[in-house]
Amino acid sequence: MMAKFRAIVMKANDNVATVVEPIAPNTGVDLKVGEETVSIQVSEAIPFGHKFAIREIGEGDRIVKYGEVIGLATQNIKVGQHVHVHNLESCRGRGDK
Amino acid sequence: MMKFQGYRRPDGKVGVRNHVLILPSVTCANRVARGISQSVIGTNWIEHQHGCGQLGADADLTAQVLVGHGAHPNVFGVIVVGLGCETIRAQDIAANIKKHCPYKAVETVIIQDAGGSVNAIAQGVSLAKQMVNDASLSKRVSIDASDLILGTECGGSDACSGISANPALGVASDLLIDAGGTVILAETTEIIGAEHIIAGRAVNAQVAARCFELINSCETEVRKMGVDMRGSQPSPGNIEGGLSSIEEKSLGCIHKAGTRPLQAVIDYASPVNMKGLVWMDTPGHDIEQLTGMVAGGCHLVVFTTGRGTCCGSPVAPTIKVASNTALFESMNDNIDVNAGTIISGLESVEQVGKRIFDELLEVASGNPTKAEILGFNDFAIRRIGPTI
Repeated sequence: MMAKFRAIVMKANDNVATVVEPIAPNTGVDLKVGEETVSIQVSEAIPFGHKFAIREIGEGDRIVKYGEVIGLATQNIKVGQHVHVHNLESCRGRGDK
Repeated sequence: MMKFQGYRRPDGKVGVRNHVLILPSVTCANRVARGISQSVIGTNWIEHQHGCGQLGADADLTAQVLVGHGAHPNVFGVIVVGLGCETIRAQDIAANIKKHCPYKAVETVIIQDAGGSVNAIAQGVSLAKQMVNDASLSKRVSIDASDLILGTECGGSDACSGISANPALGVASDLLIDAGGTVILAETTEIIGAEHIIAGRAVNAQVAARCFELINSCETEVRKMGVDMRGSQPSPGNIEGGLSSIEEKSLGCIHKAGTRPLQAVIDYASPVNMKGLVWMDTPGHDIEQLTGMVAGGCHLVVFTTGRGTCCGSPVAPTIKVASNTALFESMNDNIDVNAGTIISGLESVEQVGKRIFDELLEVASGNPTKAEILGFNDFAIRRIGPTI
């Protein structure tokens, strides 16, 4: 039996968590990051399956999930903010650039 | 030894089904193929939009996919239906199937020779009745799991696919490879951003170089089109489900392939004749991918999904695994296994992986999948040239 968390962090160096239950704005969420349990205040509504930042991410910084780069931040992202296509830009498959 | 109950063919290959397949060589023969199949219980049929107006490598690939399905060890016998004037002729497809499997029952029906579609259907019905009767005499025998080729696929993914269903399928993939079997990883587009991980598992430098080549040529195509891939990869549904980029999708996708070494990289629809993990170069398009893996000889497919999908191959049983419990419940008539228990903390990835492995042995032994019960026969051939 695994412990139940409302959001999952895949690798300890990830800077985003994926929610497995929709989260309302201004909700405190516990997360397992590596071996540690950390608490984060989620500021925005996060739909099921979407991500929020668990660390400060600056504009142009790498966004990391599964311990790997999944894109770059197009603006500063604060801890607890929604991370999705509005502030994450894919680095690959970009014929438009 | 892990065993299942399957059909041992005269050439030593194994089948997990004993289909009598009605196969049009050209789109113009679809209606007749369907007419034959709908008149004879115990047959199934394929429809497609190709077989004429094709040239060179593109025509060859379509023919290879059709022959691969007819020659598939899950198929007892096949009736190839042609119109009579097409590029990809039914007689040639039938002869090629016979060349690969001399023991197999192979017949042809040509609509122009038969004197119209009604006569062609009547001719096909008569042949199909006999073939179903002959097929019914085949008996299942105990066969080692090492003979199985598993195709892996994810479609309609959400952000949970990479957390629950795909890692669980990865555990099942490892179990099959450890038992001596074969697993196909495909969907080249959906490896962009994760190719370094797969290449790092290649058995030699040549195989690793091929991984990077495939991804490079895929990205070159996207650059030529001058588009941001988002909207197709990830798809609008993927994005709604939480996936933000192709890298995120790919890093979740490759979990399906477990952790064992990558033995080879092969072309679309090429025969899979090696053991262990193999990467087949296919598009991300679900049905084209499914069709390519089955043409290559995969016996059954495990298909993970987070948004929901109902498709299934006409030849290889297609087992659906839900990444979340809400989907398992809402599309229960289409989904076979729930991996959402990982998300809700009820089971570990390893436990669900073992359940998927057990399910695939059951399905290989004859238990129908939901897609089979509902009669799905999805089929789409990759095109590499224009229609002329």
